[in-house]
Amino acid sequence: MSYFSRRKFLGKTGALLSAMVAAGFITSTAMAADYPTAEVNTTGLAVTDDTVTVGILHSLTGTMAISETGAQEAEKLAIKQINESGGILGRQIKIIQEDGASDWPTFAEKSRKLLRNDKVAAVFGCWTSASRKAVLPIFEQENGILYYPTFYEGLEQSKNVIYTGQEATQQILAGLDWVAEEKGAKTYFLIGSDYIWPRTSMKIARIHIEKVLGGQVVGEEYKPLGDTQFGSIINRIRLRKPDVIFAAVVGGSNVAWFKQLNAAGITSKNQTLLTLSVTEDEVLGIGGENLEGFYSVMKYFQSLDNPNNVEFVKAFKEMHGADSVIGDVTQAAYLGPWLWKAAVEKAGSFDIDKIVEVSRTGEIELDTAPEGYVKLHPNHHLWSKTRIGQWNRDGQATVVFESDLIEPNPFPEGYQ
Amino acid sequence: MNFVYERFLGGKNGALAIAILAILILVIFPLFLDAFRLNLVGKYLTFAFAAVSLVLLWGYGGILSLGQGVFFGLGGYAMAMFLKLEASDPESTKIQTTPGIPDFMDWNQLYELPWFWIPFESFTFTLLAIILVPSIFAFIIGYSMFKRRVGGVYFAIITQVIAVILTVLIVGQQGYTGGINGITDLKTLNGWDIRTDSAKLALYFINALLLLGVIMLSKFILTSKFGQLLLAMKDKEDRVRFSGYDVSNFKIFVFCVSAVIAAIGGAMFTLQVGFMSPSFVGIVPSIEMVIFAAVGGRMSLIGVVYGTLLVNFGKTGFSETFPELWLFLMGGLFIAVVMFFPNGLAGIWNKYAPKVPFLRPLVNSSTNAETKSAPAKIESESTIEPESTTEGAKS
Amino acid sequence: MGDFSLQELTSILAMQGFVGISLFSVLLLMALGLAIIFGQMGVINMAHGEFMAMGAYTTYLLSVMTQTYFPELMNYYFLIAIVASFIVAGSFGYLTEYVLIRHLYKRPLDTLLATWGLSLIMQQSFRSFFGAREVSPTLPDWLMGSWMPTDSIFIPINGMFVLGLTGFVTLGVFLLMYRSAWGLNVRATTQNRVMSGAVGINTKRVDRLTFALGCGIAGIAGAAFTTIASTGPTSGSLYIVDTFMVVVFGGAASLFGTIASAFTIAQAQSILEFFISSSMAKVLTLLTLIIILMIRPEGLFSSKVRK
Repeated sequence: MSYFSRRKFLGKTGALLSAMVAAGFITSTAMAADYPTAEVNTTGLAVTDDTVTVGILHSLTGTMAISETGAQEAEKLAIKQINESGGILGRQIKIIQEDGASDWPTFAEKSRKLLRNDKVAAVFGCWTSASRKAVLPIFEQENGILYYPTFYEGLEQSKNVIYTGQEATQQILAGLDWVAEEKGAKTYFLIGSDYIWPRTSMKIARIHIEKVLGGQVVGEEYKPLGDTQFGSIINRIRLRKPDVIFAAVVGGSNVAWFKQLNAAGITSKNQTLLTLSVTEDEVLGIGGENLEGFYSVMKYFQSLDNPNNVEFVKAFKEMHGADSVIGDVTQAAYLGPWLWKAAVEKAGSFDIDKIVEVSRTGEIELDTAPEGYVKLHPNHHLWSKTRIGQWNRDGQATVVFESDLIEPNPFPEGYQ
Repeated sequence: MNFVYERFLGGKNGALAIAILAILILVIFPLFLDAFRLNLVGKYLTFAFAAVSLVLLWGYGGILSLGQGVFFGLGGYAMAMFLKLEASDPESTKIQTTPGIPDFMDWNQLYELPWFWIPFESFTFTLLAIILVPSIFAFIIGYSMFKRRVGGVYFAIITQVIAVILTVLIVGQQGYTGGINGITDLKTLNGWDIRTDSAKLALYFINALLLLGVIMLSKFILTSKFGQLLLAMKDKEDRVRFSGYDVSNFKIFVFCVSAVIAAIGGAMFTLQVGFMSPSFVGIVPSIEMVIFAAVGGRMSLIGVVYGTLLVNFGKTGFSETFPELWLFLMGGLFIAVVMFFPNGLAGIWNKYAPKVPFLRPLVNSSTNAETKSAPAKIESESTIEPESTTEGAKS
Repeated sequence: MGDFSLQELTSILAMQGFVGISLFSVLLLMALGLAIIFGQMGVINMAHGEFMAMGAYTTYLLSVMTQTYFPELMNYYFLIAIVASFIVAGSFGYLTEYVLIRHLYKRPLDTLLATWGLSLIMQQSFRSFFGAREVSPTLPDWLMGSWMPTDSIFIPINGMFVLGLTGFVTLGVFLLMYRSAWGLNVRATTQNRVMSGAVGINTKRVDRLTFALGCGIAGIAGAAFTTIASTGPTSGSLYIVDTFMVVVFGGAASLFGTIASAFTIAQAQSILEFFISSSMAKVLTLLTLIIILMIRPEGLFSSKVRK
């Protein structure tokens, strides 16, 4: 049904690329002949002799459109690049885009449509945990595959989902270790929005602080989603004088939180703050001047200085405008189509079961990821590095720390 | 038999309208739609319960509730709790610290089932709870509001605030409620796998039949003396009161009935969609339910079903093709209905269908009467002073 | 908490006091525009939050323009932005009344629904024009940071600014409503529309200007809130419930009621929040309000209005 958006997408980039794509078609027909459709697609997916159809499922409308815009832009970029380089098994990727409308049943409904009616070979999408939880049973039932880009709370591992963002322990433990060692932090104040991701993250953080780092949690606060008044909490922070504020506030609240913190005189000059929930996307709304000097712990920052990333940032800005910014989730979303390509080529097939099988081997890897080398763990999460970025006034971060590759562990022993 | 005919179906024309609706949702949809689309229609029809409940409450009672999602949610959550307990048997949850409790409780360090979950292990109790919890809740709210003669805009805002309170509670108490993710991954109903196509088809028919039943029951209520009084009360509340009727009791009753109807819709929603989340309890879904009723025609029990279907088909269709335009269209539709077609689809039908010769026999004379009274009301109001915003200020 | 000096505790007490006052000023500024409209027409404008967002976006636009064309004026643009927000939101309100609201005066519940439809359209317009992402107007330096009367007391300057602005707007509304000829017309229309019309007041014009004024004040609130919270297509919806509660709790047609209501809610919320979790504080505050409203359905204060 979504021919409109697909056509729009192709139209945007088509003129520029037509020559390259034409060249791609020539090689692709040659390659496609090596992989007859009957062999690479035994389960009736939308694969023809020269195309394969995938779905993109993000919120284009509603409250979550703020966050999900970057992710779907990155997925389109990756697919465009794959098509330019000859496609997958000689087939060009066609996109069917659906709008989840920030509404979880709509996500469920659209994913069922994509899998059942459109027979897409893979779906790239979802952002919130709630939307993922809503579509998960459908992906399991219809046996589809979802590439999910957001860093999230863990506690989940499905054969039908590839998690390209970090699970909670990957993000949190390295960040806390760094702040304890580098800043000599002993006391911590935890604050988050009141829902599952911050609560699970803070639970892991508390156990790590108390049992491993020997520190002390002097306060743990949760704000209802969308709440914009942080005065009382800021005073409580003053009362407890923590060495570190560890924050996971999201959405509109996040903006209010940093603006009010700054106005109350709590800035990087007198307070260390480490947050789990600020990427370059959020900085646009918060304003660099309110964040200056605070730290984010993420696996990716736009300012990362490596050849892959320089190229990625350039391509992204060419496609989506020079003003666009790239956050952690955007980069993780960009990995989705590439990881899928790697899996399909390794399996020599579009069949979901075969993709899952090769994913389980732990041998799917990408050298070309903007964040650097990544490898898929048999538990369907990525091995990745965790980085600490310090925010500058211009909305970019300076990376001050980089860990080694960290093993994903969605069900962390001792942290549950 | 004649009694049933006149009172539950609303005479010849009423029976015809219900028959047409029944043929549409029981025969035509299942024949022409694939399993996926049919399941969608099934979901839409669960919202139609809420729309029907608003015909009673708002169309006839003149009481606008912007918190109908609360009752939809209560019904849905009751059903979801039962299904979640069934899905969380010790075998399939053996990787948890405490096997046998729902997964989200385990993540939130609960080591046993909270007391208010325990009764939901019984299916009979769950069915009773779907009826009783919303009606008791509605009774408490209704009693304290209507006895104090709170109405109009005040009641609308207060119901809206109740929807907010319940959402904040559900999201904040995630160990007991599943939080913002809701209660997900529901599998079987008394051992019957509700995720299969055949189960979905069966549930669709159960849902459609229940909806028709609820419409007929509502028709019965509205054709009774009670229905007449309700309408009289909406137009001239004081006169009804001075005639010796306790107006607040009628309002409480109709509020409770509408709560139960919405809750049944919620329970069927959970069964067909496979999860329940706080996003069906808050302000936005509650107002959308009002939109369905307004578009269909707030005075027409049948019309609102078509209204619900139309808005939802529009929402799905437009968001597939022109996602950017959907909110413009929805907003515009809403304004247009309020300004130009206060009786919605039903009003348009009754106005224009008689002019088309072969449609004339289909025009529902009873809804015709309904809609005649409504514009008359609006006209009559324009000659008098504006409605008071609180009944309290009036007295 | 043994290692606190008395001075530190008093400081925190003082700052917590300011949190309450600051929340009070925020709630009052949000609710003022809505209260004027509600008092005058018995209509709740569901698009109120979007009119606030309109003010916020106006501020954002001006901030971008100033930065591009007159960077030396960055320190002053915010004052202009407040006036501009008032004019933009007010004019749009005037238009809205003319196109939409005036046809629905006899049906207050329908106005509720029509303005909800309007709010959907406005949200999507913001999204189409400014993008789905949140934006952040660059604040002038003098609005950042905090004022320190002593070493240990920090009073946020943006909080004081909002407080001052609220005081100014409230005073303006008071003078306009109770000390001007136009205000007399407004109050007369509220009390008895037919009679006012009969003595020669153009009640339709009064309605239109009142609605525009209410929306304009919403615009000012939106501009002011860019200093403390977010600006996005849906940020207006973050405020609506609180705003409705203030107005309904305060009672119709009473400026004093709105002030008292905002004060009570702000104090309850900020004090509770200091002791229990924010979610529970919110739930408790709202529940208490509902219970009080059941006892006094007409709100805290309501002037005797003859309907």
